Amino acid sequence: MATATHFVTPEEAASDAPLEAVVVRFAGDSGDGMQLTGGQFTLSTALAGNDFATFPDFPAEIRAPQGTTFGVSAFQINFGSSAIETAGDAPDVLVAMNPAALRVNVDALKPGGLIIADVGEFGPRNLAKAGYDSNPLEDGSLAKWQLISFNISQLTMDAVKPFGLGNKEALRSKNMWTLGLALWMFDRDKAPIEEWLKTKFAKAPELAEANIAALRAGHAYGETAEIGGQIPQRHIDPAPAEPGLYRTVTGAEAISIGLVAGAQLAGLKMFFGGYPITPASAILHHLSRLKEYNVTTFQAEDEIAAIGSAIGASFAGSLGVTSSSGPGIALKQEAMGLAIITELPLVIINSQRGGPSTGLPTKTEQSDLYQAVYGRNGDAPMPVIAARSPADAFDCAIEACRIATQYMTPVMLLTDGYIANAAEPWKVPDMSGYAPFPARFHDEVPAEGEGVNPYARDEKLKRVWIKPGTPGLTHRIGGIEKNVGTGHIDYAPANHQKMTDIRADKVLGIRDGIPEQEVTLGAEGGRLAVVGWGSTFGPIHQAVRRARGRGEDVSHIHIRHIWPLPRNLGDLLRAYDRVIVPEMNTGQLKTVLRDQYLVDARPVTKVSGQPFKIAEIEAAIEEALQ
Amino acid sequence: MNEMTKLTAKDFATDQEVRWCPGCGDYAVLKAVQRTMPELGVRPENVVFVSGIGCSSRFPYYMETYGFHTIHGRAPTFATGIKLANPELDVWIITGDGDALSIGGNHTMHVLRRNLDCQILLFNNEIYGLTKGQYSPTSRAGTRSPSTPFGSVDRPVSPCAFALGSGARFVARGIDVHKNLPDVLKAAHGHRGASFIEIYQNCVVYNDDVFAPFTARENSGNQLWLKPGEPMLFAGGARGIALDRDALALRVVDVEGGDWQSAGVLVHDPKNRSIAHMLVEMPFGTFPTALGVIYEDPAPTFESAVIEQNAKAAVGKTPNLQALVGKGQSWEVTKEPHVI
Repeated sequence: MATATHFVTPEEAASDAPLEAVVVRFAGDSGDGMQLTGGQFTLSTALAGNDFATFPDFPAEIRAPQGTTFGVSAFQINFGSSAIETAGDAPDVLVAMNPAALRVNVDALKPGGLIIADVGEFGPRNLAKAGYDSNPLEDGSLAKWQLISFNISQLTMDAVKPFGLGNKEALRSKNMWTLGLALWMFDRDKAPIEEWLKTKFAKAPELAEANIAALRAGHAYGETAEIGGQIPQRHIDPAPAEPGLYRTVTGAEAISIGLVAGAQLAGLKMFFGGYPITPASAILHHLSRLKEYNVTTFQAEDEIAAIGSAIGASFAGSLGVTSSSGPGIALKQEAMGLAIITELPLVIINSQRGGPSTGLPTKTEQSDLYQAVYGRNGDAPMPVIAARSPADAFDCAIEACRIATQYMTPVMLLTDGYIANAAEPWKVPDMSGYAPFPARFHDEVPAEGEGVNPYARDEKLKRVWIKPGTPGLTHRIGGIEKNVGTGHIDYAPANHQKMTDIRADKVLGIRDGIPEQEVTLGAEGGRLAVVGWGSTFGPIHQAVRRARGRGEDVSHIHIRHIWPLPRNLGDLLRAYDRVIVPEMNTGQLKTVLRDQYLVDARPVTKVSGQPFKIAEIEAAIEEALQ
Repeated sequence: MNEMTKLTAKDFATDQEVRWCPGCGDYAVLKAVQRTMPELGVRPENVVFVSGIGCSSRFPYYMETYGFHTIHGRAPTFATGIKLANPELDVWIITGDGDALSIGGNHTMHVLRRNLDCQILLFNNEIYGLTKGQYSPTSRAGTRSPSTPFGSVDRPVSPCAFALGSGARFVARGIDVHKNLPDVLKAAHGHRGASFIEIYQNCVVYNDDVFAPFTARENSGNQLWLKPGEPMLFAGGARGIALDRDALALRVVDVEGGDWQSAGVLVHDPKNRSIAHMLVEMPFGTFPTALGVIYEDPAPTFESAVIEQNAKAAVGKTPNLQALVGKGQSWEVTKEPHVI
């Protein structure tokens, strides 16, 4: 999805699919270390210069019973020599560490795709746990795929034998053996992984050595004649990319450092109040290690305390930030209303997950758009922006900080479980290219006889920010409606009308400070616009590119500013005969677009906890064009 | 106002019309706080009053300091953010029995166990006033109210026992109209850490005189005012509190001729946590009501621990945004992009 880093040529845009790309899925028991294997394979992919996108897919249970289908953890990576924008529709290679992993994942595999299975785990017990009556490795049921099976468990134990580990401990290195084989398959350097293992096990060098031995054994296994010919070795050329420094980044990392950058650009200390929740906790973890950037992190007693403390910190002159996922965001809504009526800056990160209620904690969804735009009691307008990819989340976090401090308002940044966990290559930005937006604290004492009005506004309707501790400016704010001119409690009907209008106008006015909506791919007008937001960017972009390659008149419009929407969006949408809106919910942006512009936006929805496949969007495009 | 000006109670009063019911105990507490402020040597701009929701939570609007009237039950959370963002501020939390012990019980517990440096004034009137008279978590069993027309059936919580159980390091009690309230406030302010004060506050409309059995002038003999190092005497010195060492329980003893020593009357040691637990749990009737500073034993504050750890973690690290964004596993691309 590293779109910003690639020059997409017309030829490439017209081509059916990336020239050379491979999708590999590692699947095993949650205790098999598949996420680690995937993460390190991703690193090696990055170092090889390929573009890539990943999709970690793991169960909500920490240690589900071994060998069960609901305990299967998988990591998919799509990498290639040209722009990669999704984690791939269907894997070319499936590594199945046990029968359950095979059962859950095999149907996704491309016909003719390659299965690599660990025979050592295909005993009667594990087969029964996965619901197999007979051994699929032997009964011919996998005939439409290529199958290579050997005893990875035994080979791993043999490799680590010299280190005197018990069987159980020895088997833990299975994932490194598998990774070694994968590195060989794609002609990768093992050295960086070995370095990483030495650092990871610095305190237990014997474990580092054992894992390195397993890694080397897997690599050597590919090299030797034992399976020679069965697994062709493939070399994927580096993807074209702008020269510069690159790193891998997950959405959670990008948001964390984006928040730090945003606070620094505003010239403020940052206060982060959080409460553990999947998949948002990673942001709290990252930020709690960045104290030298004037960041205070606070693990609160609950979601409400997390946002309450953040608002308190903003009142005291810091930039308050809180982060959560669906159910936690629901708990924070009342406090968001307070931040709206007291007009304090606040950034709220919502890493969306499947809902309602606890829903699907580790699966992705975009179903909190209503909650973001229409949430809270009363007329409570709040800016909302949405990140489209892990790397994009960095700029979105900065944008959220900018809007919050420049307009004195809470801002919600929507990401999702997919963006939070997925990694992609990111061209390290030059920070000198970001214009600072210093926050200003009001400190002018009013003339004798004049009161302090904390609701005095500038031309953008932004109110003054007065830090407690400032002499001569003591004042009180709170959740009760305040007089438009004095800031004192005022229940008068006309005053409430005025203040409600001002709050709405202020937020709507943010439109004047954001870019007009651009067409991401295609023409400004035509037969069909595919309008997306958030993490559906990759599949929509690829699907539109393919359709355009076939000569279809279709364009991709991707919206970052969900509220307020860009000023020109209505006119832009009316320039197309048809508008479809693919979303991982039951049609939430579609509703907003219809409401705001009276356009006949049609929903394309998916709520399976899995990202859209390119083919699914292509099918929707074909249908819409009929 | 310059540094040299001696402030008065008036300097801490806003020009806002106070909107409590005539005769409400809140007026007396407001006056006591405004009178105490100048004696604390604080500047109005360095003081923040934070409240939740309820009659008492209107308090900040009447204090000429910084103030934040927040949401129901959550004042401690805002106070925590304020204090962590600027530890120099003098933070006061104003709350009630419903605000602090029903909807906000969780936050009250955590602000106390963390020991955030602040003063928590819990106005206990054993009733929901603002919502027109429903029973509260401190209402006695059998309380008749609009929501409990046949009497409440649940047993009340004791605010001070809750505070001690939550790990509070300063627990005190006062009475809205009593002359000793400023002394209790001063002691609370002098304590570094979370200072918890339960103030018996009379709700004239919905729960009038509920505390009269010990607050009324003629019942002042039922007040046990505790002073460090002094014997626990009440009823004009005619009675005292002693420890029944076999039963490990307190008992009331008669004191004759001022000879409290031979009657076995305890000397108040605010650091004695076990006795503090017994004092706050004394059933009224057989016992008087313990008032004043019941327990005080300072411990490091939350914000100081946070600041210390933040500073330690930052030692030797130079903040550099460019380095931060480029951190981790990175690689250099040198070739110009090629056209496919």
